[in-house]
Amino acid sequence: MNIIGVPRRRVDGRAKVTGQTKFADDLMLPRTVHCKLLRSTVPHARLLSIDASRALAHPGVLLVLTGRDFPIPYGILPVSQDEHALATDRVRFVGDPVAAVVARDELTAFEALDLIEVKYEPLRTFSVPEDSLVHDTPRIHDYGDGGNIHKLVALSFGDVDRALADADRVFDDTFFYQGNTHLPIEQHAAVAALDPDGKLVLWSSTQTPHYVHRALAKALDMAPAHIRVIATPNGGGFGGKSDPFNHEIVVAKAALLLDRPVKICLTREEVFYCHRGRHPVLMQFRTGVKRDGTITGMHVKTLLDGGAYGSYGVASTFYTGALQTVTYHIPAYRFQGCRVFTNKPPCGPKRGHGTPQSRFGQEIQLDKIAESLAIDPAELRLRIVERPETLTANYLHVGTIGLPECIRRVTRAAGWDDTYHKLPFGRGVGLACSSYLSGAGLPIYWNDMPHSGVQLKLDRSGGVTAFCGATEIGQGSDDVLVACVAEVLGIEPIDIRAVTGDTDLTPVDLGSYSSRVTLMMGNAAIQAAERARDLLADAVSKKLGVPQDRLVFAGRRVFDASNPSTGVTFAEAVSLAETAFGTIGATGSYTPPRSAARFKGGGVGPSPTYSYTASIVEVEVDSATGWVHVPRVWIAHDIGRSINPTLVRGQIEGSVYMALGEALMEEQTFRRLPAHLSHALVHKFPSMLEYKSPTTLDMPDVFTELVEHPDPRGPFGAKEVGQGPLLPVMPALANAVYDAVGVRIDEVPITPEKILKALAAKAAGKTPRYGPSQFPEIAWPESLQVPPPWDGGDGRATTDKGKVPRAEGQSKSPEVVPS
Amino acid sequence: MAQHTSIALTVNGEPAEVAFAPYKTLLEVLREDLNLCGTKHGCELGECGACAVLLDGQPVLSCLVLGVECDGRTVTTVEGLASDGRLHPLQDTFADLGAAQCGYCTPGFLVTAKALLDEHPHPTRDQIKEALSGNLCRCTGYQQIFEAVEAAVARATTEYQLPTTDSKGTR
Repeated sequence: MNIIGVPRRRVDGRAKVTGQTKFADDLMLPRTVHCKLLRSTVPHARLLSIDASRALAHPGVLLVLTGRDFPIPYGILPVSQDEHALATDRVRFVGDPVAAVVARDELTAFEALDLIEVKYEPLRTFSVPEDSLVHDTPRIHDYGDGGNIHKLVALSFGDVDRALADADRVFDDTFFYQGNTHLPIEQHAAVAALDPDGKLVLWSSTQTPHYVHRALAKALDMAPAHIRVIATPNGGGFGGKSDPFNHEIVVAKAALLLDRPVKICLTREEVFYCHRGRHPVLMQFRTGVKRDGTITGMHVKTLLDGGAYGSYGVASTFYTGALQTVTYHIPAYRFQGCRVFTNKPPCGPKRGHGTPQSRFGQEIQLDKIAESLAIDPAELRLRIVERPETLTANYLHVGTIGLPECIRRVTRAAGWDDTYHKLPFGRGVGLACSSYLSGAGLPIYWNDMPHSGVQLKLDRSGGVTAFCGATEIGQGSDDVLVACVAEVLGIEPIDIRAVTGDTDLTPVDLGSYSSRVTLMMGNAAIQAAERARDLLADAVSKKLGVPQDRLVFAGRRVFDASNPSTGVTFAEAVSLAETAFGTIGATGSYTPPRSAARFKGGGVGPSPTYSYTASIVEVEVDSATGWVHVPRVWIAHDIGRSINPTLVRGQIEGSVYMALGEALMEEQTFRRLPAHLSHALVHKFPSMLEYKSPTTLDMPDVFTELVEHPDPRGPFGAKEVGQGPLLPVMPALANAVYDAVGVRIDEVPITPEKILKALAAKAAGKTPRYGPSQFPEIAWPESLQVPPPWDGGDGRATTDKGKVPRAEGQSKSPEVVPS
Repeated sequence: MAQHTSIALTVNGEPAEVAFAPYKTLLEVLREDLNLCGTKHGCELGECGACAVLLDGQPVLSCLVLGVECDGRTVTTVEGLASDGRLHPLQDTFADLGAAQCGYCTPGFLVTAKALLDEHPHPTRDQIKEALSGNLCRCTGYQQIFEAVEAAVARATTEYQLPTTDSKGTR
């Protein structure tokens, strides 16, 4: 390997440090006009009337759009087509867009927003999930699983009641994970224009140009072939730019009507309203264990506060219950999940998508179990790690598992045996583990087509262009694409140009979500490069009289392995191939293996392979103030193989950073305005000033260990790294707080106030804990019964024979929505 | 349309004259009137540091400076860091060592770090953290940024004895 595994400047590094990377708002097209959105000031209301006459008369205003201009709904999931670019008859949260102004400049558009008069008829506001569970009317949406419940899930794998009855101990714990947001430093921006042929072009800071393409075609009722979506490099995504957004559809419509470029750049406040961030989740874990720590069964309940729209929420709901079994062996497993609508910005996928919340609960409960059984928490986890190359109770196929080595490496690095339970009061260490998908096994719209396609163009210059729909959001997907091609063809990264994220120019890649790009695009790139290499090898072999299998591609040369001086330059090799075969191009594609799950709901969770992580967090807790200081974090990640270790480390450290923000300070929360104002439910602090995130001064030293056992399913053996390393940090920190001061904080963020309350409870002889005390009653549907593989199951539900989800054509099943 | 005001200033070592609406911030003047889009915006209230530029050599948040305040003054943006066809050592090390992921906060970090090194050629890790504490990055976790600043210091002191170690084929 010459490129793979070698720390290296990323291919787009120079552009980024010279300020030449063109983000969406950096596009300055001649004749551009500017768009601003008028947003609802009430959390839940019927829209009675909109009078835009004064705005239209305002000098410089070119266009005002309202919901009437957008009759067709859209949404990221086929089962949740519940958004309109502008509200048609209802607003559902403060910040929901109701009208758009397009004007000669931003300031004029801002001014005109104030001239639009909107009449609302207020409806009951649903501010917390408990309200939505209890009150069926008014319904926030007229679809879902009844009243204001968006989604109910009930899956049972094996006899959980018996498994819990057979246990030596049953642990029953509730946890709460507060919502928080992505906070990319780049605000969402988009520019729409008609190209010289009159076709629509949208440049946007999106992680998913393919899905934006689909949504535009649907919402604007246009032929997809006449729409081009170009994903500009994202200034951070983290899941927050994965939905098709109202502002994208609005500027597209405006460009069609005006035949001028129309730009929108959201304000930071508006980004808080776009949200699609971490769902607040209340959860209950009932886990049965034997005295040696072996898990006999687990029953998990989750309640998700979905906010005002569906977004990815159905998938998020499934994800809160999907991956528990991938980390540890759980012979019998039941999951019940419920997502409700509330009148707040919609929640969706943030780094880890639905799994960090339940991982938090699971890993704290394991810490409690370990203490109760007097087993070291690291030893307990080593005993119960899921077995490699196996099917879990819920039919997820687990490939290689580097978790035991992650645990050993991280405990050794942190000196765990000398610190756990051995530090003085106020100091502590905590351990937690996790696993995550390397790409969702199923596309959002079910079909059997590739999830990622790569096309290569080679010519006599010796230069190669690699085309792929993958989207560069900072994670380094362009670098992975180029590295894979360069490695196979034996050339240098600088010899290759990456053209990505452009629906006109590049083959479909589903987008930068679910940690799918490295594995899926990487495999497609390798296939394309190998096909190109074969053509070149054929031509060179004939020219040199050397058998093809003796030819080596390396150092920008193609040469005889047994006589390296016999060879040609790479450019000569392409020329020979071009002479022999004509224009040289090659394609590669990747489609994940079929899932073993054949029950409704089995579409969420399958992945070609899973990454594993173990982390130890050290804390110092000031028992007088409750302040938590984190001096050091150790983390070991099962990466399979690093494509570019510099970027892998960056993803891990960035995950630790984001995790610490979630664990200690970040929260997307709401308040009521005073009664003498409107009493409206509003975002508590939609600003970077008050939404606190960690600075350079808050960041601990992070010690990263890479566990590299190449997984045969990954490109050169690589697994994901973008999301998994975030997951163990929050529970490890909570466990460390317990080790330090002996109180359990069973919710995030872990603030000084909560620690002080728990310490006060401890001092008063009460349970030394802060967290939710109960899980509400929910009218669960009867569980789908799916016998696990070891009970003779075949992946089907016994209670639902005949309704096997099929990955053929458009799925009609509303129950199975992967992401 | 508001009446334009006009100023003369030095931008990245070159004289510039620019006319703009008087309410505009330096950030807007740079991006919209001087076409220097390397400088970014992130929060509109001086919290994120993405808009940092050097004003007479000192780091300022250009979203909090009015354009009219800059008459006769010297502004350095990310576009002005390279000189004589060579990247500034900080640019090299940021690119090489993973200090730029999405790259959106990077211009602000680079100019702020340059101001630090101009004043303290050999800063400690704590001085680096302090100097960069007004710049938010959501991608990196900062550690590779600290290391890139330290590497730039190291390269600056050895550059005259040794040829720069180019990363493989990517320059």
